[in-house]
Amino acid sequence: MKRTDVKKQKSMTGMHIRRSLFAFPYIVWMAVFILSPMLLILYYAFTSEGGATLENIVQAANWDNMRVLLDSVRFALYTTVLCLLLGYPIAYLLSRMKKTTAALLSVFFIVPMWMNFLLRTYAWKVLLGAFTKILYTEAAVLLGMVYNFLPFMILPIYTTLIKLDKSYIEAAADLGANPATTFLRVVLPLSMSGIISGVTMVFIPSTTTFAISQLLGGGKTMLYGDLIYMKFITEQSWNAGSALSIILLVFVLLSMTFMKKAERKTSDEGGGRLW
Amino acid sequence: MVNRLKKFFAGTYLGLMLVFLYAPILILIVFSFNQSKTLGNWTGFTFNWYAQLFSTPEITDALIVTLSVAAISSVVATVLGTLAAIGLHAMKRRDRLLLENISQLPMVNPDLVTGISLMLLFLFVGFRDGYTRLLIAHITFNLPYVIFSVLPKLRQSSDMLYEAALDLGCTPMQAIQKVVIPDIMPGIVSGLIMAFTLSLDDFVISFFAGNGVDNLSMYIYASARRGVNPALSTIIFVPVVTLLLIVNLKSIREERNAELQSRKVDMKR
Repeated sequence: MKRTDVKKQKSMTGMHIRRSLFAFPYIVWMAVFILSPMLLILYYAFTSEGGATLENIVQAANWDNMRVLLDSVRFALYTTVLCLLLGYPIAYLLSRMKKTTAALLSVFFIVPMWMNFLLRTYAWKVLLGAFTKILYTEAAVLLGMVYNFLPFMILPIYTTLIKLDKSYIEAAADLGANPATTFLRVVLPLSMSGIISGVTMVFIPSTTTFAISQLLGGGKTMLYGDLIYMKFITEQSWNAGSALSIILLVFVLLSMTFMKKAERKTSDEGGGRLW
Repeated sequence: MVNRLKKFFAGTYLGLMLVFLYAPILILIVFSFNQSKTLGNWTGFTFNWYAQLFSTPEITDALIVTLSVAAISSVVATVLGTLAAIGLHAMKRRDRLLLENISQLPMVNPDLVTGISLMLLFLFVGFRDGYTRLLIAHITFNLPYVIFSVLPKLRQSSDMLYEAALDLGCTPMQAIQKVVIPDIMPGIVSGLIMAFTLSLDDFVISFFAGNGVDNLSMYIYASARRGVNPALSTIIFVPVVTLLLIVNLKSIREERNAELQSRKVDMKR
């Protein structure tokens, strides 16, 4: 045993150098196409005509732009809450079905995720334009966002719920809890990790969404993504656009850290409550 | 009785949600067989939209661009990403964590920022070729998905296999090819599928990183105002649904068989 261990150690160190070389082409790719573009954004955000400056960031953080960011966050929050309210029951009902039926039905709820999101949004534009009066209103934008992001809420909650041990529910019932109490005190806390990853998967992309508001809002609803688009494409102002992108990135990273923290906290609490 | 009522409400709710998810696409598909140009006004059955679809060069070009970019970028990303994962897995913890964190950037970054950053790079170096720009962008955002679907498989498999192959006289390349890769194949395949579908669907990154060469999403965006041929929805919807149903039905059937098998074993006991 010992001898093979020594031999393993030796051959491993020899191999490690050689095997890690397989990552080399990727590392080059990463440096050129992931790192350097990000550095360029940083460069444009923090320079002006060659000199380093904070001016771009200060200007980008003006009241008008921040109101657009707040508006986007408001839309993203509405979208997230609606997706949660609509999606949780779907995930819950699916998870209580017979395994094979649930597997088949869940596919139908996930399929839209794999379909061109622009075409689906366009379909709503046509539909709303032909049959309703809400096209080019905030309601239409919200509808489009809920529609596009709903599967991203269902999937993580569903995966958490099917892993949930059914004997906890039985135990709660045996101990005298009625179905509502069982749900509130057992099922809901235990599915919190799924809820949080669903919220992350909906909230962050919907804050940064672009094009849904243009297609369904008709340019009346300006979201942060549209603002960045305007700076880069319409105004060709790279410094201002980069500064706005950096602000967005910081916002996204902050909300992700917040969600991660929340996830850790609930997983502790979930365990605590159960035992 | 209560149970039945519950089941009824559950079924109705799920049904309504499915209608919500599918109605817009299905209505477009139905009206792709309609003679009239306006929706909601059925004037007669026709295949005209389909004929028009295949005789509009903008659409057929966009279709070809979408499919070829998805195929090439997913294969390149799978090869690069699999090799990267093998390399990363063999690295020291500190190096590996650093590289893994950087690799996550395109997944964490909003699509918008990834697209714009690539656009800035291409403009900065003056690289204009629209098709290659799309390819590079798609390979870049596909790579992390491949890497992070292969890495867990590498963690599950044993390093001993690779060493045994070397001890038995394989060169490192042969050992990777004949031993390591077959072992992590499921991870590679799911990475490839994910990369392919992500590439098919991408709009935001392509929109900013591309230059003059449109994929389907870009085409739809550009022509949304004057109207998109409804037949396009059939062309996109039917293959995706069929493919997903075939894949999933197969795995469901296998699962059911396994279940039946285990029940039989139980009964014999």
